[in-house]
Amino acid sequence: MHQHVHAGAPAAPVVSLSGITKRFGPVLANSDVSLQLYAGEVHALLGENGAGKSTLIGILSGLLQPDAGSIVVRGQTVSIAAPREAIALGIGTVFQHATLVPTLTVVENLLLGQPWWVRLRRTQTLERLAELSRLLGVSIDPDATAGELSLGEQQQIEIIKALWRGERVLILDEPTSMLTPQGVRELGVVLNRLRSEGMAIVLITHKLHEVLEFGDRLTVLKLGQVVGALEPQRFQEMTEDQARRFIVSTMFGRKEDSVDSAASARAPVAAAKRQTSVLQQPALLESRGICTVRRQREVALDGVSFTVHSGEIFGVAGVDGNGQKQLAEVIAGQMQASSGQVFFDAHDLSSASVAQRQALGLRYLTDDRLGEGTVGSFSVALNSVLKRVGEAPFWQRGWTRDAQITSYASELIATYDVRTPGPDAPIGTLSGGNIQKLLFGRELIRAPKLVVYNKPTYGLDVANIQAARDRIRAQAQQGVAAVIISTELEELVELCDRVAVMSRGRMVGIIEACDDYAEAIGGLMVGGDSR
Amino acid sequence: MNRGLALKLLGWLRPIAPIILALLIGALILAALGRDPSAFYLQILRRTVLSPSGAQEVLVLMAPLLCLAASLIVCFRAGLWNLGVDGQYMLGGVFTSAFAAAATASMPYWLAIPCLVAIGIAVGVVWSMVPALLRAYQGVNEIISTLMMTFLALSTGAFLIKTVFDDPESPVPQTIFLPIEDRLPRLFDSLVHIGVIAAVVIVLAVHVIMTRTAFGLKLQIVGHNPRAAEHAGLNVKRLTLAVFAISAGLAALGGAIDVLGVRGVVRADWHPSFGLLVVPLVFLARFHGVAVIAFVAFFAVLTIGGESASRRADLPHDFLLIMMSLILLILALTDHLISRLKGR
Repeated sequence: MHQHVHAGAPAAPVVSLSGITKRFGPVLANSDVSLQLYAGEVHALLGENGAGKSTLIGILSGLLQPDAGSIVVRGQTVSIAAPREAIALGIGTVFQHATLVPTLTVVENLLLGQPWWVRLRRTQTLERLAELSRLLGVSIDPDATAGELSLGEQQQIEIIKALWRGERVLILDEPTSMLTPQGVRELGVVLNRLRSEGMAIVLITHKLHEVLEFGDRLTVLKLGQVVGALEPQRFQEMTEDQARRFIVSTMFGRKEDSVDSAASARAPVAAAKRQTSVLQQPALLESRGICTVRRQREVALDGVSFTVHSGEIFGVAGVDGNGQKQLAEVIAGQMQASSGQVFFDAHDLSSASVAQRQALGLRYLTDDRLGEGTVGSFSVALNSVLKRVGEAPFWQRGWTRDAQITSYASELIATYDVRTPGPDAPIGTLSGGNIQKLLFGRELIRAPKLVVYNKPTYGLDVANIQAARDRIRAQAQQGVAAVIISTELEELVELCDRVAVMSRGRMVGIIEACDDYAEAIGGLMVGGDSR
Repeated sequence: MNRGLALKLLGWLRPIAPIILALLIGALILAALGRDPSAFYLQILRRTVLSPSGAQEVLVLMAPLLCLAASLIVCFRAGLWNLGVDGQYMLGGVFTSAFAAAATASMPYWLAIPCLVAIGIAVGVVWSMVPALLRAYQGVNEIISTLMMTFLALSTGAFLIKTVFDDPESPVPQTIFLPIEDRLPRLFDSLVHIGVIAAVVIVLAVHVIMTRTAFGLKLQIVGHNPRAAEHAGLNVKRLTLAVFAISAGLAALGGAIDVLGVRGVVRADWHPSFGLLVVPLVFLARFHGVAVIAFVAFFAVLTIGGESASRRADLPHDFLLIMMSLILLILALTDHLISRLKGR
């Protein structure tokens, strides 16, 4: 698996991070992280969402300042106060999201960012482009419109942009997430060339097979700490299966000193007990081969089938953006399936509107609380009846009854512990956690049969997270089914009877609660679409 | 000063301060031109609120403007930009006028008037369905499509008047004249016709519906956050069609009232352009029904009184237009400043 043999004597690292610590309020995003980047090596950086990868990269590319720790570049201790300084040090970053202007040509995109008073140096730009194209081993038409190129080609230009001011270190943040298999192969070729040219490359990825294929050295982050690392030598000596097992167990395995993991270690046992009885309950929601049409740059659902039983908590895991939101919207009726069917409580939902589905007892708690869950300028009271406009007792023959709405909202505020100046306050002035509490109340208070939760605890503090999870569990006890979409593996392991893993719009597997629940799900998440 | 009291004062100041400021700047311009500002403003008042016939003229002018204001309040509250009100107004007026003589001749008066109004409204509603359907089902930007539809409406109206609706007896292309006794009934022998009362009632009714009913709230949800409307299970497409139908119907009603109340005839060169004048007034009133009546009244007083005052001060008619644009601009600017102060 590793074609690259390294010289025996270890060279000095090009970049060395040591003891990096970064705190955001109560969250310790990086805790005493050390990382060495060597010339001619691909350093794979792995970790779940929230493990601290982005923070570390932010620090290296000058977007963030560490609270403690030091950065040494080519033997010199430096502080990287701005992205400009990172670029000057030869550290280029390709971020996950496209930065090219799609309507401009390649060369125009590369000319951007020059000061307005200088004349555009087209000739020099073309020369540098040709030079870097040779380095990457690609050929790019400088006059092609950026938006018309394939995503793979666009990414090559992003890499060229990152290397524009110096080619020493290249950081790639999940470079394959938007690429086709063909694009991934092309990227592999580029990476190999850059490595043989002596560049130090950081590859951030969720996908195990990419680590095995491209990585020379490996660091696994978890909850802001380095929990596992492999030197090139050891990495090479491992068989593919050994490496795979090492990565999965460090990424998802239990650690004795972690409180969260200890809780989740107990959970599967309880869940497994419940699960056998729950799975014998009648099917409540059944999805048969749902496909959707691709919206802009999102992935499309591709034949998603599963069944959720009454009282079951069904988890949907996966890296963000693999079709989870589309799945929730298709179930809720906000998005049309291009083929396939959804059945709920013996009804075919194919032509049912959002309102009809709500009337059947199907609820959707969106993750986009201000974007679609609420109307920010409306009062808390109005938002609490947003899905019931026109219904009695809040409206009588179409006329609004403020007193009824206010008293209902006050009850909801008290029951769900929403901290607000009052029912009349605009909901946009509340904190995210309090908005979420109101939304929980809005969806749960009137006898749901199944609730789709999209990232139910995202952005909440510890106490609220626990309260939200307790509510979901209490509802399940009463026979209310739940579909929980989450990127937090711990959460799914703690709550769910079964967890499905989504990757590129497909459901790549469904795992029932078992002893090594987290590892089983994690294994599917990182290897999901490769084999 | 107590913060609550200060906010209240600012609230009161919001509509009044900009008007005073605008009038002061107008006075400076007049003084610079060597005219007496106080005489100018006094003439405006004398010609309008201080004279019985002037006051009646103001009220009559307000009727179609209020219909347009009601029309715009509905669509703006729902977040839709029906900028085609002038076209809808024109066609409402043209069709009402085209059938007016025939209808009053063939039916009893009490039946003819409602029928004519209904024709005008119906034409406006049908006309607006083109941008409405495009918006609801294809997401076509209604700002562009309604503006284009106005362009089309003005030429279509003129074309119809020159062809099928032309009065053969008249030397210029125009519809058949509606005799004064067949027009809208007047109150106490004054110029003020029943359409004025109807327009005021309509604006107030629209205000109550938009703020006090489930239907109004649904439109406001769509207006403030269409995605939340979708998520809450509202039928956004159907609501979009309803908004266009109501908005266009009210605009066309304005045209019908204009024709049946005052004009009695439409010439081929008629180019109503009230709609885009009312847009800033509706915004300044913050889509509030009562406030918009005040702004429209102010605007009508300036239009009618200013005309006479400029003539008397020996200034061209354009001076009045400059004054009015200036006032609207200053209104908008001070409004913005005050809301920033309030926000602090």
